[in-house]
Amino acid sequence: MIDFEFVKPLTVADAVKALAAEGAQALSGGQTLTPTMKQRLATPSVLVSLNGIAAMRGVSVSGGTVTVGAATTHATVAREATAYPALAALAGGIGDMAVRNRGTMGGSLANNDPAACYPSAVLGSGATVVTNTRSIAADDFFQGMFTTALEEGEIITAVSFPVPLKAAYVKFNQPASRFALTGVFVAKFADGVRVAVTGASNNGVFRWSEAEAALSASFSAAAIAGLVVPSDDMIADMHGTAAYRANLVKVLTGRAVTAA
Amino acid sequence: MTKVTMTVNGMSVSAQTEGRTLLSAFLREGLALTGTHIGCDTSQCGACVVHVDGQAVKSCAVFAQDVAGATVTTIEGMANADGSLGVIQAAFQEHHGLQCGFCTPGMVMSTAALLAINPKPTVEEIRHGLDGNICRCTGYHNIVKAVLAASGQDATAMAAE
Repeated sequence: MIDFEFVKPLTVADAVKALAAEGAQALSGGQTLTPTMKQRLATPSVLVSLNGIAAMRGVSVSGGTVTVGAATTHATVAREATAYPALAALAGGIGDMAVRNRGTMGGSLANNDPAACYPSAVLGSGATVVTNTRSIAADDFFQGMFTTALEEGEIITAVSFPVPLKAAYVKFNQPASRFALTGVFVAKFADGVRVAVTGASNNGVFRWSEAEAALSASFSAAAIAGLVVPSDDMIADMHGTAAYRANLVKVLTGRAVTAA
Repeated sequence: MTKVTMTVNGMSVSAQTEGRTLLSAFLREGLALTGTHIGCDTSQCGACVVHVDGQAVKSCAVFAQDVAGATVTTIEGMANADGSLGVIQAAFQEHHGLQCGFCTPGMVMSTAALLAINPKPTVEEIRHGLDGNICRCTGYHNIVKAVLAASGQDATAMAAE
């Protein structure tokens, strides 16, 4: 790994200042970034740890909304987001125990790995991503594989989830990487159902709108039985073909509806 | 270089670090605590698991400067005060939960972290709790038995798989 200057500010304002430096990169849990730096796929000259910012940690509940600080670890979300059980369950299934003790929600979302679990919860819940400068609706935040609406130097500080009436996340585990081979988050709100799919598309997390319409009319696995998921944009790799992933999208959506 | 101080296995210790110095390198090269093993160095295998403020982490994926001031426990801190094997270590020995032993430091540290939050885990919970630790010798069965035994449960009744 190429050496760099390590800084650990205690406030968001100081982190923003530090990130203005040439070659600066934010570090959250580091469970993706550290291996990436070892491979020299990322070579920051300044690494700005967000782990010292107490204001960015913790889970709070207020009037049907669960807000998670961006530097909150997966393990903490799994333990403390009890007001949103589907979100807590998803967090408890990310990676492995040691990864969950370091990895954070903000880090996962800023990276937007196409097979990460959290993007499906954020998009499936219609959550709001809060940064140091603005609030971004989930539908605007995710802009394709490893691409988000974040500007240079912008820091996710928190994520607010409206708690649905029912929700569930079901993933088909890729046991070597512990990412989702495909995962589906289904959330039923009073005004309709949202279905978000991760791990399947070359464009990253996406909403399956046909299933949303069918499930909004009738919230049952049978309601999507007649739908066909096109495999044109699906990821194909040694772990599964595009057609296999397309089939998983439908199977897992049905399972998530049943589990919700 | 920046001097980093931590409490490791109950002792306050310091070593010089670069920004890129990983916790695993701080322990092994800075403090000569080579019980923490580097298996893959890509966060896949879990051989480097230690506890930071009581929580299991992969020390090859944590920068030393990011955990300055923390309380760290490594495999060297798991034996009893008289030097005899701790309960988890003894259970791994008794139930043949290791062969070559390379993964064992990480397995023991992950087991200790698991039992701290779940003192009587089921077989399924043990397998879920340890799924970040890879062993290429045992096939895991005897590791699960060792964890059952370490948690005071009857390991002899565990069915073969």
